[in-house]
Amino acid sequence: MSIIEQTVDEPIDGLVATPEFEAANEAQQRRRGFLMALPAFAYLILFFAVPLVIVIVYSFATRNRFGGTDLNGWNLESYRGLGDDLVRQILVRSVVLAAITTVICLLIAYPFAYYMSTRRPAVRNLMLVGVMIPFWTNFLVRNYAWYVILGTDGPFSQVTEFVGIGETRLLFTQTAVVMGLVYGFLPFMILPLYAAIERIDGRLLEASRDLYANGFQSFRHVLLPLSMPGVIAGSILVFIPSLGAYVTPEILGGAKTTLLGSYIVTQFLSARNMPFGASLSTVLMIVMLTATLVYFRKGGRTL
Amino acid sequence: MSGVITPRGASRTLLSINSLLVFLFFYAPIILLIIFSFSDNRNVGVWGGFTLDWYGEFADSQPTRKALWNSIQIAVASTIVSVVLGTLGALALERFTFRGKQVFDALLYLPIIIPDVTMAVMMLLFFAELAGVLGLSKGFATITLSHIAFSISFVSVVVRARIAGMDERLEEAAMDLYASRWQAFRYVTLPLIMPGILGGGLLALTLSLDDVVITQFVAGPGWTTLPVFVFGLIRKGVTPLINAVSVVMLLASMALVALSLFVQRVRTTDSA
Repeated sequence: MSIIEQTVDEPIDGLVATPEFEAANEAQQRRRGFLMALPAFAYLILFFAVPLVIVIVYSFATRNRFGGTDLNGWNLESYRGLGDDLVRQILVRSVVLAAITTVICLLIAYPFAYYMSTRRPAVRNLMLVGVMIPFWTNFLVRNYAWYVILGTDGPFSQVTEFVGIGETRLLFTQTAVVMGLVYGFLPFMILPLYAAIERIDGRLLEASRDLYANGFQSFRHVLLPLSMPGVIAGSILVFIPSLGAYVTPEILGGAKTTLLGSYIVTQFLSARNMPFGASLSTVLMIVMLTATLVYFRKGGRTL
Repeated sequence: MSGVITPRGASRTLLSINSLLVFLFFYAPIILLIIFSFSDNRNVGVWGGFTLDWYGEFADSQPTRKALWNSIQIAVASTIVSVVLGTLGALALERFTFRGKQVFDALLYLPIIIPDVTMAVMMLLFFAELAGVLGLSKGFATITLSHIAFSISFVSVVVRARIAGMDERLEEAAMDLYASRWQAFRYVTLPLIMPGILGGGLLALTLSLDDVVITQFVAGPGWTTLPVFVFGLIRKGVTPLINAVSVVMLLASMALVALSLFVQRVRTTDSA
């Protein structure tokens, strides 16, 4: 046996890809991955999954006379409460306002995102930064800014008076709430739309024009279908937080414009009807999950 | 290589006007708020001459300063924990397969998409049930624990995006050159994903400093954050002091954006 053969045939310390070694290596990799994920995994189970289950359990519980909650004797009482006139009114109002907000955002953001994607890269990046800054800015402060603007004798009213429309009192109305929601969530619409439109191959649009499509037709049959993932992603990202909005209606809405978010909070902090509040939260969560699933089914990648 | 063809004529004019209006819509309220924070008038939306009184009142106001300090402590603590946990989670998901990976992946997404109010309710009931077991009183601990619960997800999304864009062969090359696993991580992987970690950390910091709804549910008497304190003031009745505090919060977020854009810049020049 020559020395050369020896080094080839008898590797040191089993460092060769035998099936056993591969398997051991893979098992070790799995263990390593699991150990790395473990801290975050355990944290989320304890501080997210368990609380989630508690909310669902509460939604089947009963409110006792002292404003506390009895956990034994599960029932659907609090879900029955969803049919009450007042609750139905609030649900419908929340859905309608969230839908209006989404549509307005879409109408403003689509042309904006399209225009942005036609600019030079330098301009595009600058515009992107211009959108990102309000996106990162304190949400409460941005809502409060509208409180200042829309208030009695505030800047908005002065402008309308100056133009001749007369004094306006928008604060504490549904219009003010929609304005605040659009202001708060418009970046959530612009960013996915821009990401979707920017990816589209411009030659497809040129081809449609070559084939005698007019501007609208090429938008309707080429641009819009191709940017649909962005439209859906943006709509979900605006609709869901609008539906559960709490800060905006609290600051800009009046007593008569209670929305789902504020109503849930009331159940916990003042009405002390926790099972009912829990069932409303559960419903909101189910809406959110359904919307997300729809989004992933439609080929969305990330939120 | 612009993706879409450039519009011409009237549609182009309309599109550029729309864009201008969008920027006006974004920035006019912020600028007006800053202007009115210097206004010497009890009505927060009416100009009454220049003054710095409201900033002075902010500096003198004991509860406001206390709330600001609370906010900073919570933001720093929750950011540090969520950056460590989120980064480890991101590495595990991008680089390894393990039992329960899909569940973990889904669980990481939930805090991002769940509405604030629902999460607030979850934390409220959780700490109410747990109060007897752990003896946690509402305050620093409950707020920080809740902030970590949503920040981990945001950190891991940002870090994962960065890892996904990284060439795995670089680590393999390092190990071919006899780097140990730890050395390959320390000298190759970690520097490469650092912009993602910093970006995620800044996002976590911003989210913690911004949160109102969840914090309001888990804050206790005497232990509140600046946004929750301001939110309470707004609902009690608006005074120009709120304008000044708002502008300070505004500038803090702006500084964080600037910082994160700078980090992003480092990232692009890195990969170029």
